[in-house]
Amino acid sequence: MSEPQTETVEVNGFPCRVWRKGSGPKLGFLAGLGGLPRWTPFLDRLAERRSVIVPSLPGYPGALGHSVLDNHLDWLLAVRQLLAAAGLDGTDLAGSSVGAAFAAEMAAIWPGSVRRLALIAPFGLFDEKDPPTDPWAQRNDAVAALMCADAANWDALKEPPPGTNSPDWAIEQTRASEAAARAFWPLGNTRLEKRLPFITAPTLLIWGDADQIMPQSYAARFASAMKTKPKLTVIPGAGHLAELDKPNEVAATIVEWMN
Amino acid sequence: MKLLWFHLMPYTELPDDFRDKHPSVWVDIHSSLFDPKRAHLMYNDFMDELEFAAECGFDGVCVNEHHSNGYGLMPSPNLIASALSRRTTDTAICVMGNSLALYNPPTRVAEEFAMIDCISGGRLIAGFPVGTPMDTCFAYGQNPSMLRERYYEAHDLVMRAWTERDTFAFNGRFNQQRYVNIWPRPIQDPHPPIWIPGGGSVETWQWCAAKDYVYSYLSYFGYKAGRATMDGFWKEMARLGKDRNPYRAGFLQFVGVAENRAEAMKLYAEAAEYFYGRCLHVSAKFAQPPGYISEATQRAGIESQVARAAGAAPPRYQDKFQMLGREMEDIVERGYVIIGSPDEVAEQLREVAVNLNVGHLMLLLQFGNMSKDLTRYNTQLFAERVLPQMKDLFSEWDDRWWPQPMPAAARASLSAFHPHATAAE
Repeated sequence: MSEPQTETVEVNGFPCRVWRKGSGPKLGFLAGLGGLPRWTPFLDRLAERRSVIVPSLPGYPGALGHSVLDNHLDWLLAVRQLLAAAGLDGTDLAGSSVGAAFAAEMAAIWPGSVRRLALIAPFGLFDEKDPPTDPWAQRNDAVAALMCADAANWDALKEPPPGTNSPDWAIEQTRASEAAARAFWPLGNTRLEKRLPFITAPTLLIWGDADQIMPQSYAARFASAMKTKPKLTVIPGAGHLAELDKPNEVAATIVEWMN
Repeated sequence: MKLLWFHLMPYTELPDDFRDKHPSVWVDIHSSLFDPKRAHLMYNDFMDELEFAAECGFDGVCVNEHHSNGYGLMPSPNLIASALSRRTTDTAICVMGNSLALYNPPTRVAEEFAMIDCISGGRLIAGFPVGTPMDTCFAYGQNPSMLRERYYEAHDLVMRAWTERDTFAFNGRFNQQRYVNIWPRPIQDPHPPIWIPGGGSVETWQWCAAKDYVYSYLSYFGYKAGRATMDGFWKEMARLGKDRNPYRAGFLQFVGVAENRAEAMKLYAEAAEYFYGRCLHVSAKFAQPPGYISEATQRAGIESQVARAAGAAPPRYQDKFQMLGREMEDIVERGYVIIGSPDEVAEQLREVAVNLNVGHLMLLLQFGNMSKDLTRYNTQLFAERVLPQMKDLFSEWDDRWWPQPMPAAARASLSAFHPHATAAE
């Protein structure tokens, strides 16, 4: 697994990391809870078939600037600027978890900006009869098993690189969690259902069958709110961040959908 | 020095198996444990106790704000403070305090505090806590990433509401109000003294120094654990060129007085073990909403882990509820509760005040499920035999952070009507 190219773009005057790897038609990816403190096998699989572009959301690892985003409109405009600066305009777009909620917003509000869309267990809706798990009211030692079907996959993402002895790594992980909380506190409900009808891009929903955060029943809620009906693919043995548990299967599913 | 009598208003009938059967005393504590008819009696007992403390000669009575909390039955301390204003005469009314970011608009705090100041004749101390994660982020759903910014902005709005003479528009980042013009306005000029209850964050110390506010360290873990925090506070004051006026600081301490130490151990064990065993049974999952702790404080926390391991640094906020002594011997040994004869308690408290350099001691003389009789005994014994041994401390310093009420002769007399007395005549 080789490293991607790294560049920095500015959003609201703050640096945001953009990774690029591979060749072929562009495919953007917005990470879910926890962000991407390191390059992952899932991104490598995508890069084997497409030119994958991975911008970091404000406050996510490699990026700053969540602290000036005070409301949902601020966030949506920041994500739009970030994607445009990364060269993702009119291209395919995938996202996971909270990143998937933003990807759906982009496709709804700027329909021309997204060609085809893939959403892995997206946030954005809340049904009190079937609530998602609260990802922020958790003991530290419970988080890994909530994020991934195999807790070791989350631990591998979050483990400090060998030789790390400054507080920066730990602070960056907390900041990623804060950034997601800033945008989605307290319920994960951004009233996305009001905008879902405006999505015209063909949309694929992906759900891990072992998702401990976002119940799979939310796929039907997305489908009922969307005019362009999405396709659902369930990934066996995958948790909320399905791309960490099953990188090959999730990447293959996305690439096939985009093609 | 000043001695204040603080009530948390704990629900006193949590079951014996509370720790085993229930995940948390805070946020999601089950409603089946709350009996409103029992709470009727508790509230009235608690208010009697506060009034009794005022009669006994404590300098102030303190109340505070908690939400969804089995050890703090005051979502609105202002309601209690209002009642106390009517039933006390010269005692300071210390509301410790209102979590500013929870009020929408925060102008409400300026109004209610002004009401209390007017009713009490200018006896209010206005406390402005950020609020705990459990109260603010979980029970009240505030965004942890914006809590502090909202708090600072709400503070600015309240201060302007109190001090500006003309109607003004407030054009804040989080609050916009076209016409700010509170009626009533506080008696104290330019405003009631402001005390900031805080944990151990450097930013809070710096802010208190910049604004000239009292910093109050409200820890449940006593003077031994509090020493490192207060040392840090005074070191920062020195660095900022501030004097060591002990009235810049407040500190909370549990106390149980009896004729001798053995009797005190016996009398207060049940209430102390109830408090540390049941009342502080807080689920760790509510301790650290992301963003609640600033990055600077996180960094300082990570860097002081070595010091903490050596016992020289205070516990991290998220560890606070996880490292408790819960047996009476341990509770006393760790200094959570100071017990003894009046002379022993006075000696220890003088040491605490001097070592921590704290001019405002807030005393919890009711804690846990302590009965009304024992609370009265503890309060009275303290007032008669401990308090007089403390009063001379720090007499060389001026307390610039104490209420400035109207002259007593100009204030309304206590209880204009005495319906019971009339009926008896």
